[in-house]
Amino acid sequence: MNPIETIKMAFKAIWANKVRSFLTMLGVIIGVMSVTVLMGIGQGTTSSVTDSIASMGTNMLSVTIQTRRVGFGGPNRNNRSAGARGTVILKTEDVLSLKDNEYIQYVSPTVSGSLTAKAGSTNTTASIMGVYPDYASIVNTELASGRYIMDADVSNRSAVCIVGQELAMDLFGNTNVVGNTLHVDGRKFRIVGVLDTENTQLIMPFTLAQRMLDSTSITSFYVSATDSTTVGRAEGAVSSFLYKKYQNDSTYSIMNQEQILETMEEMTGILTTMLGGIAGISLLVGGIGIMNIMLVSVTERTREIGIRKAIGAKRRNILLQFLIESVVLSGMGGVLGLLLGYVTMKVFESYFGMEVAATVEVAQLALGFSMFVGIVFGLYPANKASKLKPIDALHYS
Amino acid sequence: MIVMQGIRKEYRMGDNVVAALDGVDIHIKPHEFVSIIGPSGSGKSTLMNIIGCLDTADEGVYRFDGLDITDYSEDELATIRGKKIGFVFQQFNLLPKLTAQENVELPLIYQGMSAGKRHKRSREVLDRVGLLDRLHHKPTELSGGQQQRVAIARALAGAPSLILADEPTGNLDSKTGADVMRLFHELHEAGNTIVLITHDASIAAQTPRAIHIHDGKVLEPMNESEVVI
Repeated sequence: MNPIETIKMAFKAIWANKVRSFLTMLGVIIGVMSVTVLMGIGQGTTSSVTDSIASMGTNMLSVTIQTRRVGFGGPNRNNRSAGARGTVILKTEDVLSLKDNEYIQYVSPTVSGSLTAKAGSTNTTASIMGVYPDYASIVNTELASGRYIMDADVSNRSAVCIVGQELAMDLFGNTNVVGNTLHVDGRKFRIVGVLDTENTQLIMPFTLAQRMLDSTSITSFYVSATDSTTVGRAEGAVSSFLYKKYQNDSTYSIMNQEQILETMEEMTGILTTMLGGIAGISLLVGGIGIMNIMLVSVTERTREIGIRKAIGAKRRNILLQFLIESVVLSGMGGVLGLLLGYVTMKVFESYFGMEVAATVEVAQLALGFSMFVGIVFGLYPANKASKLKPIDALHYS
Repeated sequence: MIVMQGIRKEYRMGDNVVAALDGVDIHIKPHEFVSIIGPSGSGKSTLMNIIGCLDTADEGVYRFDGLDITDYSEDELATIRGKKIGFVFQQFNLLPKLTAQENVELPLIYQGMSAGKRHKRSREVLDRVGLLDRLHHKPTELSGGQQQRVAIARALAGAPSLILADEPTGNLDSKTGADVMRLFHELHEAGNTIVLITHDASIAAQTPRAIHIHDGKVLEPMNESEVVI
C-alpha cells in the first residue's frame, strides 16, 4: 500500500474531527511554542551578554578582591568591611602603581552599586559605576554625545556623570540630555555625556562614587594590557603584585576576557537548558494528550477497523494508519507551535525590547521532538488497533 | 471453489464448551449461487466467518480457490480477503466519512492499485450497480438500497473469486430487497460465485442451491460426484 494513501487517510481522519484534533494538538502547540520562545530568550540573553563582553576588547583583565565577610555585601551604611576584609587594605595608589608595569597600559579601580536617580519628579534606580578615566579605554566605551570622566573630575570629586541611554529615556524622555542635571541620593549632578549603549548605567568619578557608596577600600579594578599578546604577562604582573600584598591567592581572582566569556556562557547555557527542559515537560504532557485521544479514537473506530480488515487491510496497514495519524497530529501541532512561537518572539522583541534569538537549530529540535513524541505516544494505540480481530471489530457496536 | 472437510469450531462459555460448527463438509463449485440457510444460533454466522477468512476453524481442512488456507497467518488471510473475497454485510458497513466512490476504492487501496486505475475501476462497478450519479454522496445521503448497492460495488471492485453476502436484504424493505436480489442474480449470470447467508427461507428459495445448517451440522447430504474444485 502506498504511504501517500496512508498519509491522506490520516489527514482525512484528522479533518473529520476538527475540534477534537485541534484540542489534541493544542498540547503540542503550547509545548513547542514554549520550547522555542524560552530557548530563544535564553540564547538571546547569552548572545547579548557575550557580545557586550566581547565588545570590551580582548586586552582586559578584571580583578576582584574577595571579602572575608560573611553575609550581604555591597554598599553598607555601618561600614566595618575594611577591617573585616583582612589586615591588608588595597589603596587606590597601590592599584594605580600597576601602570608602571611595561605590559600594562590602563588601570582603573571601580566601585559599583545601585542608587536612586531623580530628575524633576521622575525617580528611577540607576546602576552606579565609579571609575577612573582609563576605564573608558579598558572597556571600549563609546559615547553618543558629550565627554567622559576626566582626571580633574576624579581629583576634584566633581559632581558630573555619564548616563546610559535607557536611564536618560527613563528620566528625561529623550537622550539629548548633556547639560541637564539630576539628583543621586539628594546630590546634584551635571550630565556631561551620554553612553552609546542602552542601559541604566550612571558613571561618575571614582572618588565621588566611593563616598556616595560608603566604600573606602577597593574591591575590584580593571587592567588593560598593552595589546592582546601581552595579556598573559600583564596577568602575571597583576598576580605577583597581589600575591605580595596578600600572601594568599584565594583572596583575589583575576579573570581575563576568555574566562569571563566562558563563565558567562556556562551560566547562560545552564539557564537555556533549564528553560528548554521545563518547556520540554509541557511537550511531553502534550504527547500524553495525543495518546489519550488516539486510544479513544481506536475504541470509537473499532467497527471501521473491522471493515478495513475485512476488505483486505493487514495489521501493518492499520498500525501505520493510526501511527501516521498521531505523527501528523503532533507534527502539525509542532509547525503551528513554531509559527506561534516565532510571532511571540517578534512581539517580545519589538514591544519589550528583549533580545530573542530565533535559531534554526531550536526549530529543528522542537519539531523533531514533537514528531518523536507523536511516534512514541502513538505506538501503543496504533498497536492496539492493529491487533483487533476482524470479527470482534466488525460486531462491535 | 470452496472445499470444507470436518470443520469444527468451539466456543467456551464458562465451563461449557459449545461446538458452533460440528464437523461441517461443504463443497461449492465456481460460478455457483448458493445460499446457506439456518435459524439464529445454528452456526451459520460462524460458518460465514470461516468461509470469509475472518476467522479460522479449530479442526478440519479448508481449501479455497485451490489453496489450502487452513494454516494461513492473519496477514495471509487478509490478503486472501482483499483479493479473492467481496463482502456484503447486513449493516452495509460503509465508512460514513467517505463518499460512495471512496468506499468502493478502499479495497483497491489496500491492494496497492494506482489512483488512476482505482478511479476508473470504481466508476465501472458503480455504473454496474446503477449508481454512477451518486459517486460523491456520503452513505448518510443515500437510501438503504443505494447503500447496499455501494457495498456490492465495493465487493465487486477487486474482481473477487467469491462474493460473500451476509443477510444482504435483512435491513431493507421487501421492494428494495427484491432489487438487490435481482442484482445478485445478474451478477451470478455474469459468472460470479456467490454465497448468500440468510435465515429467510423465501430468500434461500431464490438461489439454485441451498445448504441447510442446524445446530452446527449441515443437513443437505453431499453428493461426492458433484464436487469440482
